Amino acid sequence: MPVQTLLQASTYRDSVTLMQVARDLTQLAGVQDAAVVMGTGANKALLREAGLLQPESEAAGPNDLLVAVRAESQSDAEQALERAGQLLARRPASGPGGRRGFRPRSIRSAARAQPAANLALISVPGAHAAAEAWEALHQGLHVLLFSDNVPLEDEVALKRYAVEHGLLLMGPDCGTAILDGVALGFANAVPRGPVGIVSASGTGLQEAACLLARLGVGLSQGIGTGGRDLKEAVGGLMMLEGLRRLQQDPASEVLLLISKPPAASVAERVLTQAGRGDKPTVVCFLGGETELASAVIPARTLQEAAYRTAAQVAGYSGPSLEQALERERAEQRALAGELAARLQAGQRCLRGLYSGGTLAGEALIVLEDSLGAVRSNVPLRPELALPDPARSQGHCLLDLGADEFTVGRPHPMLDHDLRIRRLFQEATDPEVAVILLDIVLGYGAHPDPAAELAPALYRARAQAAQDGRELLVVASVTGTADDPQDLQRQVGALEGAGAVVAPCNAAAARLAGRILEY
Amino acid sequence: MNAGLDAFAQSLRAQGAAVTQVDWSPPRVPKLHHTGQGIDIEAANAEACRRINAGRPRLLGLGPARQVIPGCHDRLILHAGPPIAWERMCGPQRGAVMGALVYEGLAEDEEQAAALAAEGEVEFAPCHHYHAVGPMAGIISPSMPVFVVENQAYGNLAYATQNEGLGRVLRYGAYGPGVYERLRWMEEMLYPTLQAALESIEDGIDLRALISQALHMGDECHNRNRAGTSLFLRAITPALMRTCPDGQRAAAVFEFIEKNDHFFLNLSMAAAKALLEPAEGIPGSTVLSVMARNGTDFGIRLAGEPERWFTAPAGVVDGLYLPGFGAEDANPDIGDSTVTETAGFGAFAMAGAPAIARFVGGSPEDALETTLEMYEICFAEHEHFTLPALDFRGTPLGIDVRLVAESGIRPRLNTGIAHKEPGIGMVGAGVLRAPAACFEAAFRAVQRW
Repeated sequence: MPVQTLLQASTYRDSVTLMQVARDLTQLAGVQDAAVVMGTGANKALLREAGLLQPESEAAGPNDLLVAVRAESQSDAEQALERAGQLLARRPASGPGGRRGFRPRSIRSAARAQPAANLALISVPGAHAAAEAWEALHQGLHVLLFSDNVPLEDEVALKRYAVEHGLLLMGPDCGTAILDGVALGFANAVPRGPVGIVSASGTGLQEAACLLARLGVGLSQGIGTGGRDLKEAVGGLMMLEGLRRLQQDPASEVLLLISKPPAASVAERVLTQAGRGDKPTVVCFLGGETELASAVIPARTLQEAAYRTAAQVAGYSGPSLEQALERERAEQRALAGELAARLQAGQRCLRGLYSGGTLAGEALIVLEDSLGAVRSNVPLRPELALPDPARSQGHCLLDLGADEFTVGRPHPMLDHDLRIRRLFQEATDPEVAVILLDIVLGYGAHPDPAAELAPALYRARAQAAQDGRELLVVASVTGTADDPQDLQRQVGALEGAGAVVAPCNAAAARLAGRILEY
Repeated sequence: MNAGLDAFAQSLRAQGAAVTQVDWSPPRVPKLHHTGQGIDIEAANAEACRRINAGRPRLLGLGPARQVIPGCHDRLILHAGPPIAWERMCGPQRGAVMGALVYEGLAEDEEQAAALAAEGEVEFAPCHHYHAVGPMAGIISPSMPVFVVENQAYGNLAYATQNEGLGRVLRYGAYGPGVYERLRWMEEMLYPTLQAALESIEDGIDLRALISQALHMGDECHNRNRAGTSLFLRAITPALMRTCPDGQRAAAVFEFIEKNDHFFLNLSMAAAKALLEPAEGIPGSTVLSVMARNGTDFGIRLAGEPERWFTAPAGVVDGLYLPGFGAEDANPDIGDSTVTETAGFGAFAMAGAPAIARFVGGSPEDALETTLEMYEICFAEHEHFTLPALDFRGTPLGIDVRLVAESGIRPRLNTGIAHKEPGIGMVGAGVLRAPAACFEAAFRAVQRW
């Protein structure tokens, strides 16, 4: 089968664009395989393994773009390459005041062209991300550093400089911020209000903000710090900077801090700083200790954090955490019994298929109470690690957004292909009772997750039914009515496909655990 | 602003936030902020641009090269571009040398002149080594009158000849009786008349003001100089009328200038040279102080290492030709006139000169984009040369060799095209980019500073 190659010298496109073009090509008639990559050594090795590397591609350098296509015929391959050329030539519109097609090529020149800009959102490959962040800071811009694989030393130096100069450096590996009411990165449309959040987890910030929105409480600011901020080496630099800013921000009346349990010294510093302020401060060290310094209000899950925070807001008239949990307990007991009755005797296992680590982690914490040991590729304890992430065992919950699943493919928040394939794999396993899912809406995320997941759920459940089993699906949807995907519509579509949708991730995990306790 | 995945910019736009998408690609070389010696390059470049911005070039008068150019002597022939020996000189530059030697009386005819040059009887040196600049072949011989421009902020002087006009002229490599007759008239009539007029103007003519006004009138002061020439005539004519007793002579001088749309070029070049020289010698500055071609080689020098040339083969111009000529007749890129781009105008100010874009084969939209692109490789923006079409933004100033190396964007140039054979002259005009190799070599040198 002929392989044809197109090499565009000195042409750069980001990874998402490359994958989209590749996907478009594979859908063309006669095309069996297509790769669209930058000519790095690692990518050429991938092409070689796939049998797509031709002699002319060997000469490609890391700044050159390679398109390789295997097709049934020569003309199919040629047409595919022509299509690739057309797709790659398309350039998106420029910004405000932009001329036909002319866009600044660097942060420096963009800052000159738009002096009113005050923030740079950086998502370039990790090897270059620190240099770009430096350029932005030197231009006096705040930075949302989405990129990961940034060396730790760079993170520390960048954050120190930022703090010294009164700038935010959110990241690296920071996917979410909501500043002045604007959703940055992967973030939701939530109302303005008196709660200020600083979070080391992007999805954690999303879940908390959405739950608060559902309780009628809005955000003043949602500051991201990046996943490593509370490690010893970084010392919580951005968590502390964010906390200090919110303590002084007149629009923030109640504060919420979110992180995985930090290094002890860092936790102490954060709690001390929190205690210095006079605003009620909720601290959610996911799965960490619930006994903290008395000056702060502890929360073990994002659900708890949202209720504890709302309760501190002046004028809040919604339920307290205890009331909410009591009602949940009552509803879920009845529901769990009803659902469990549909299972066959051999169906004993939970399979969680998650799109991100924070909600996966929260689910594991909640499930430990009911199910005990749950295996995972992001386990609570090393002994619970899944030996082979490709094969589930017993109770098992996967973070499909982890590195081992996302090499060379789009993240599950953007593309459901991997999750759907795994869903079908689990659905054929007669031991599986409950599939547990998270769906995260908002800007940046897939434009209509239910459109892809609901049909897949329907088919998977139908498949199981043909084999004489009821496959239970429990899900939560992180989002708001104002999100581009429309929360109610997404929930409706999922329920229409037979999923049971809980009001938040912690509740979904609790329901799944309850079903399996029967 | 958004650097990376376009989806983030789209989300921001959907929320009504003002966002600029950066068309990012990986830098081709590592970003440099300090030299090996620890000098802050940003600070050095800021100082270089500050000095260029502070310059105040004024035209004080003229004088014969041998009198006013320090170090000039009877056998010194200055030329455009980096240093070059006779053997490697291109056709038009040889033609201009031969013509100049005959004009000086050092040879009886062009053949003898060539022999003289080949035998090493003449010293060749770049104009740039003598605080001078010359368009196209850029030949300055000892008898030629040169303009004297003083940068009053720093006291340095710069020199350039009077522009001959277009067609069969010395700087395009032509020679012969017509060329010599014109040169003689310029020496015997044009120069003294202008000199008398200039002497009577206290403090000379403010060239920075003329350039900034010309840039608001559709000139870029390199390939389009009609407004600049008109403004110069406005500035000098009253003095001309007052100081020249012979009305016919005054009229002839006025007409000579008026018929030559590029008369102002040599003045804008000398002004640019005067602006740039004070920036030379700032340790750690990666800003270009010189960019020049001799028709064979293209050369640049950095403010931080001002004596050193980095060269590459001169490029082929992509242009439009006069009737009867084509690409096969063209000489490669030649002239010191890229001193204008180096000083922050010329092709870099094309956003203000849309008419020039058509003339060199592009569109007015291309003219805007040329300037916008040049901001990517310049350290700063001019304070005095501004572009109404870009909301009076200053022109791109201070070509930074680091930015050229990182981005792969090479400076854009407009230029006339000379016939590759000596003795013929101008055949067209066009555009090209500076060659990458000299910038890459210069960047490697900076990495070893």
